[in-house]
Amino acid sequence: MLLLECPYCGAKCEETELSPGGEAHIKRYGPGSSDEDFEAYLFMRENPKGVHFERWRHVYGCGKWFHAARCTQSLEVFGTYAAQTFEPPQEIKDKISGKRPGWSWRDFS
Amino acid sequence: MSQVGCVVTHWIVGNEQDKGIPNTQSKNRIRNHMRRYSAFAIVREGARYHTGWERAWKSPAPKKRYDAIIVGAGGHGLATAYYLGKNHGIKNVAILEKGWLGGGNTGRNTTIIRSNYLQDPSAAIYDKARSLYETMSQDLNYNVMFSPRGVMMLAQTEHEIRGYERTAHANALQGVATEFISPQRVKELVPIINIHGPRYPVLGALWQPRGGTARHDAVAWGYARACSDMGMDIIQQCEVTGVRRDGDKVIGVDTTKGAIDCDKLGVVVAGHSGVLADMAGFRLPIESVALQALVSEPIKPCMDVVVMANTVHGYMSQSDKGEMVIGGGADGYNNYTQRGSFHHIEETVRALVETFPMISRLKMLRQWGGIVDMTGDRSPIISKTPVENMFINCGWGTGGFKAIPGSGYAMAELMAKGVSPLADEFTMWRFGEGKFIDESVAAGVAH
Repeated sequence: MLLLECPYCGAKCEETELSPGGEAHIKRYGPGSSDEDFEAYLFMRENPKGVHFERWRHVYGCGKWFHAARCTQSLEVFGTYAAQTFEPPQEIKDKISGKRPGWSWRDFS
Repeated sequence: MSQVGCVVTHWIVGNEQDKGIPNTQSKNRIRNHMRRYSAFAIVREGARYHTGWERAWKSPAPKKRYDAIIVGAGGHGLATAYYLGKNHGIKNVAILEKGWLGGGNTGRNTTIIRSNYLQDPSAAIYDKARSLYETMSQDLNYNVMFSPRGVMMLAQTEHEIRGYERTAHANALQGVATEFISPQRVKELVPIINIHGPRYPVLGALWQPRGGTARHDAVAWGYARACSDMGMDIIQQCEVTGVRRDGDKVIGVDTTKGAIDCDKLGVVVAGHSGVLADMAGFRLPIESVALQALVSEPIKPCMDVVVMANTVHGYMSQSDKGEMVIGGGADGYNNYTQRGSFHHIEETVRALVETFPMISRLKMLRQWGGIVDMTGDRSPIISKTPVENMFINCGWGTGGFKAIPGSGYAMAELMAKGVSPLADEFTMWRFGEGKFIDESVAAGVAH
């Protein structure tokens, strides 16, 4: 059972209070984009065995979307952060580097 | 010893050419061909205290090079290798497995076999698989305990009635024998069911009389034995750590047991497909999540069909040991841990207790999880890849076991000939082209 802290209301939620929202930091490619970009935006996913970034919604609480950094191999949670960002905050990245030296995810490391 | 004992001893000596060879040597001797299993073999081995049974498959060291390497010795991988040899004469094949044979989803599913799918490409491959299950025990000379006991999918809302009536009509056109049956017929077939609700009364069901179950481990073991008999190398505890390429072409793999060359590479690794694709340098429209199942303590026979209830997310059958085998929903987030969230079990069991009140007093015996590879349209991928001579078979999601023979049949054809009518629609490029095989609505969670 996952325990995530909502970065907005500070509640420590177990997963039944939350709704998983899939991969984080996906850039939307809309009209005018190439077929490859549009397909990748809709369907292609990182699906890593290890460090992963996800979107979650505090659906039975404050109702807000947020981001979580998590390990898909050990279920360890590295931290949660606000939704209004295109990349994980440095503090989260540093924390992951401490525990998983040499990690990378898309362009982040 | 009695006279009978003496006769038996003579009989063994008379029938075996091992006279004079110490017993241990004769046991370890590697034969070119496996001994067939039969009632006669049981009598023969019984007469010599079961000392003569051979290993079902060999455990060789990897060679330097193979015509084809299959990554993943689960049901789908072994079936692919089997049909490569049987249908296409490609027998210089290695099957690499990072854990043990059949230890992934092949040994973790709820063993349900059915082919009542809505879309034509799905019905074609799943019914091919189901028909191959019918004769699998004879074909492999290995008892896979295929039990066509009938599978019913309950309709518990008005929308489900419409959906399943549509599926029944589609199945009639596809040549898949299903029918939509009344609640009374459901009650006749499953006396322990409560059809009156209150939340979700049973309004009918989609019934496939030739669906059923099989012994999941035996399917992997039977294929493994047949592959080994054809001279293929099954190499366990051999993890692939890299895919070696020459330009756009695959030339081999790096493994924990050294580098191995190959002409063709088939990747059949379910939940770890994304990891292998990453090694080869491409991405897949796949996400891996945990799916759970559980069994109750064993009880006397009470239900001789498979019941699936997709509205409430639960499905159940009774194993030959008497355990109620129960499957539920998948987790909503990526996971490689082969265990799932507790609340899915609670949800599944809560729903099933309402439909089958008598199971409320059963104890759970054990629970387990597997990593399933989910695609966007909940249909599999049997496809060439951006890397030449590398093929991938994945995305079976929550419903791979039933497809094992058909999947292997199609994948082998694709690898041998470069094209397979059964696999045509299941390319990894169908997403970009918008040609989905949309079964997520038709099959729901209990896929």
